[in-house]
Amino acid sequence: MNPILPNVSRRGLVRLGAAAATVAAVGGIKAASAQASGPIKIGILHSLSGTMAISETTLKDVMLMMIEKQNKAGGVLGRKLEAVVVDPASNWPLFAEKARQLISVDKCAATFGCWTSVSRKSVLPVFEELNSILFYPVQYEGQECSRNVFYTGAAPNQQAIPAVDYLWNESKVKRWVLAGTDYVYPRTTNQILEAYLKSKGVAAEDIMVNYTPFGHSDWQNIVASIKKFGSAGKKTAVVSTINGDANVPFYKELGNQGIKATDIPVVAFSVGEEELAGIDTKPLVGHLAAWNYFQSIENADNKQFIADWKAFTKNPKRTTNDPMEAHVIGFNMWVKAVEKAGTVDSDAVIDALIGVSVPNLTGGYSAMMPNHHITKPVLIGEIQADGQFNTVSQTPGTVVAQEWSPYVADTKDLIGDWRAPLSCGAYNVKTKTCSTGKKA
Amino acid sequence: MKRWIFFALLAMTWLTPGAGRAQSADEALAALASTSFNTVREGVEALALSGHPRAQAIVAALQNGKLLARADKALFIKNDDGTFAEAATGAPADVPAAALKPVRVNNAVRGAIEAALGVLRLFAPDPTARLQAAEAVFRSRDPAALPALERALVAEKDPKVKLRMDQARAAALLALPSATEPDRLAAVQTLRTRGDIEARSTLGNLTGQSPAVAEAAASAILAIDRTLQLWSVLQSIYYGLSLGSVLLLAAAGLAITFGVMGVINMAHGEMVMIGAYVTFVTQQVIKTNFPALYPANLLFAIPLAFGISGLVGIAIERALIRWLYGRPLETLLATWGLSLMLQQAVRSIFGANNKDVDTPSWMSGATELGGLTLTWNRMYIVLFSVLVLAALMAALRYTSLGLRMRAVTQNRRMAAAMGIRTPWIDALTFGLGSGVAGMAGVALSQIDNVSPNLGQSYIVDSFMVVVFGGVGNLWGTVVGALTLGIVNKFLEPVAGAVLGKIVVLVLLILFIQRRPRGMFPLKGRAVET
Repeated sequence: MNPILPNVSRRGLVRLGAAAATVAAVGGIKAASAQASGPIKIGILHSLSGTMAISETTLKDVMLMMIEKQNKAGGVLGRKLEAVVVDPASNWPLFAEKARQLISVDKCAATFGCWTSVSRKSVLPVFEELNSILFYPVQYEGQECSRNVFYTGAAPNQQAIPAVDYLWNESKVKRWVLAGTDYVYPRTTNQILEAYLKSKGVAAEDIMVNYTPFGHSDWQNIVASIKKFGSAGKKTAVVSTINGDANVPFYKELGNQGIKATDIPVVAFSVGEEELAGIDTKPLVGHLAAWNYFQSIENADNKQFIADWKAFTKNPKRTTNDPMEAHVIGFNMWVKAVEKAGTVDSDAVIDALIGVSVPNLTGGYSAMMPNHHITKPVLIGEIQADGQFNTVSQTPGTVVAQEWSPYVADTKDLIGDWRAPLSCGAYNVKTKTCSTGKKA
Repeated sequence: MKRWIFFALLAMTWLTPGAGRAQSADEALAALASTSFNTVREGVEALALSGHPRAQAIVAALQNGKLLARADKALFIKNDDGTFAEAATGAPADVPAAALKPVRVNNAVRGAIEAALGVLRLFAPDPTARLQAAEAVFRSRDPAALPALERALVAEKDPKVKLRMDQARAAALLALPSATEPDRLAAVQTLRTRGDIEARSTLGNLTGQSPAVAEAAASAILAIDRTLQLWSVLQSIYYGLSLGSVLLLAAAGLAITFGVMGVINMAHGEMVMIGAYVTFVTQQVIKTNFPALYPANLLFAIPLAFGISGLVGIAIERALIRWLYGRPLETLLATWGLSLMLQQAVRSIFGANNKDVDTPSWMSGATELGGLTLTWNRMYIVLFSVLVLAALMAALRYTSLGLRMRAVTQNRRMAAAMGIRTPWIDALTFGLGSGVAGMAGVALSQIDNVSPNLGQSYIVDSFMVVVFGGVGNLWGTVVGALTLGIVNKFLEPVAGAVLGKIVVLVLLILFIQRRPRGMFPLKGRAVET
C-alpha cells in the first residue's frame, strides 16, 4: 500500500510509529523549553525603504524604543523581548512574504506593522492562516474586522465623520470637495463620507470627488478647479485623503494660488507632524487635520513620551505623531494581555486583549473593544506656523469605533464581536448570520 | 441680523467720541484675552470699530501670534527684540515671559482679523496696503465696514485702489438689509464688471434679494461664467506649458545621454535627485554661513548642481557605462542597479524623510493677468527651462566641445580618425547630460518633494518625452514635452488625473506604433550606424 515502505511488517510499522512519536515529543519539548526561557520575539513589519519609508521608519523606531523600555523594566513574564525588524520595502506582496517569515521562521509572538491599507490587506491572509497577531497602528477606512488583527488606528467614525461634523457645525460648510489618492483607503472613506453627507441633505452637485495617483506633483488645475468649485457662493471645504508626499506640492499650490484656510479650509486625515516637517507651514496656517493625538497636547504623559523619544532618537527636532501613539497603546495593551494570559500563545492573548485598557497620551484611557478596535478621543487641530497643531475641538470622552460603516448599504447591519459565543468579525444583526469578517 | 445691529451700534459709538467709545474698546480688549474663540472673534470685530488708537497694532500682533495674555487678562505685545509692551498703551512692560500665553486663534478669528485689518488699513499711506485692505474688505462682505469705506472712497486718489474700494462697497451693500433696490442693482453691475471668481462667489452667495436684483445677479453670474470659461482654456494652456517645461527640464539631459549617445540610462532620475539634494545642502550652508546671500541661494545652487551631477555622470561613464557600449540590455540593468544604489546612498546619508527646500519669497505666490492666475514658481521654471535649453543648444552648436560631440555621434570612426579622443568626448557628453539633469533637480526642488525617490517619478516621463519627440533631436524633445504637457492638462479635468495619465500613455503607444522613430526622426547616416 505504501510505495515507499513496501516491505515493512505490521509490527515494524508500529515500532516505527512509536519511534517517530518519541522523536516528535522530544523535539516538541525541546522547542517548548527553548521558547519558555529565551526572549519573546516581536516582529516589526514597516517599510524602511521606498515611498512609505518616510512615514514607517518612525514607527519602527518607536517600537524599538518601547521594547527597550520594557526590557529595562524586566521584560514580560520574566523574559526579555527581542525585536525582529524586517524591511518590506513599500512593496505590497513583499509584506506578505515578510509576515510569513516573521511568524514561521522567527516565531514572533506578535507583529506590529503596516501603514497603507493595501499592505494590511496583503498580510491579512497570512496572519489568519498562521493564527498570529498583528497590531495595525494607522487610521484606516474600516470595513474589516479580523480575529488576528488589532486595529489601534482610527476607524472612519473616529476621524473622518467627526471632522466633517466640525466643519458642518463650526464653519457652516455646505459644499464639499473629497480629494484623495487613488487606492483603497481614500476610495472607501470617500464612499462613506459621500453617503454620510447625502444623509445630511447635501445635494450631489455640492460634492466634488477627485482622485490622483500616488506621488502626484502637478496640482495646478486641480487646485484651480477646487477654487472654481468654491466660488459658487456656498462655504466650501476640502476633505483630503491625499496620502504620503503628494501633500507637499498640493499645499504649496494652494498657498501659491492664494487659497487661504479662511476661504477654503482643507481638513486632512493623513497629514501629521511628520509630514509637515518637510513643508514651509506658513501658507498652511489654519488648515485642519483630524487625529486622535497631537504632539502639542499638554499633559505629563505626553511630555514624558516626547522627551523619551527625543532622547532615544538623539534628535531634539524629531516629531511625534498619531500612529506612533497607536503603537504605544497597542504595545502596552499587548504587554498587559500577555501578563493577564500568562502566556504568549496567540489564542490566549487574542482573548485576553479584549477589555484591556491602558492610558493613552491625550490624558485618558483607551480600551480594546470586542471588535478589535480601540476607543479614542477625536481631536481637530489647525496647523500653526511652527508645524504643530492647535487643538480647536475635542470630543468630551472617547469614541467607540464602528468597524462596519452604518452609512454604506452593504455593511449597515454588520457588527464585529470576537467574544465567545458570537466570535464573529461580520455578524449580520438582521439575518443573524456570520460572514467571514474579511469582506461583506 | 443681530450681529449687524451690534455693528451698527458700534459704528455709531465710533462716530460719537466719549465715554462709550472708551468703554467699548476696553471691553473689546478684555474679550481678546478670552480663551473662547468666539469671544476673541467678537473682540477683534469690536476693536476694529472702536477707534482705539492702537487697534491696528494689536490686531496685527494677534495675526502674527505676538499678542500674549496674562492670567489676569492683561494683554501684552511681544516686540521683535523679545521685550514686551502693554497692548493698550504701547508702553514698555517688564513681565516674565513664563506668565504669558499667546492668544489662540482659529479660522473664524483669522477671518475676522483679516477683515478688521482691512478696515483699519483703508487709510494707510501706502497704496498697495490700501489695495490689499480694500480686497480684504471685499472678501469679508461686511456691512459694518461701509462707513469706513465711504470715508476712504472720498479720500482716495489712486484710481486702481478706488475701483477696488468701490467693489468692496458694492459687496458690503448687497449684504446690508436696508440698502435700496437701485443701490443693489448698481452694486450687482459693479460686481459684474469686475467679473472674476471672487465677484462670482459674492454674487452666488446672495440670498433673500428682490426678484429684480436676483435676476440681475443671475444674469451677471452667467456672463461671468462665460468669460471665466474662455480664460480657463488659456489657463489650461498655461498649465500645460508649465508641466511641459518641467518635463522638458527633466528630459533635456536624457535627450543628450539617450538621444545623442544612445545610452539607456535608468539612473538619469537619480542625477536629477542629486541636483535637488545639492540645492538643499547649498541652502543649508548659505543659511548658516552667509545669511545675507540667502535670497539668492538658488542662483548658487544651479552651477553647483550642474557641476556635481556632471562629475557624478562622468564618474559613472568612466567606471560603468563605457564597458557596456553597444549592449543596451546590460546597460539598462546596470544603470537600474546603479539607480537603486544611488537612492539608498542618499537615503543613508540624508535619511528617508523629505528635505524641506525653501522657496524664496520672490518665487512664492501668484500674479493675476486678466483672468489668468500665474504662479511665480511655475513662471520661473518655464523661464529657466527656456534658458537651459538655449544654453544647451548654444553649447552643442558653438563650442568646440559641442562640435566634437556632434562629430562623434554622427560618425565615430571618422571623428576618431580626425584626432578626436572619442572616449573622452563620450565621458564629457554623458557628464553634460547628467549636469543638465542636475539643474533640473534645482527646479524640481521648488515644486516637488526632495526625497530619495524624486528621480523615480520622472524617469518614465523623461523617456516618454524623448521617444515621443524623436531620439537624437533636441527640438523634438521640446515639442514632445510641451505636447505631452498640454494634452495631459486638457485631459485631466475631463478624465481625472489617474485616467488622464493612462489615456496619454495609450495615445503614446498608438503613436509609437505608427511612427516608431518619434515625431522628428533623425535622418541621415547617423541613423544607420
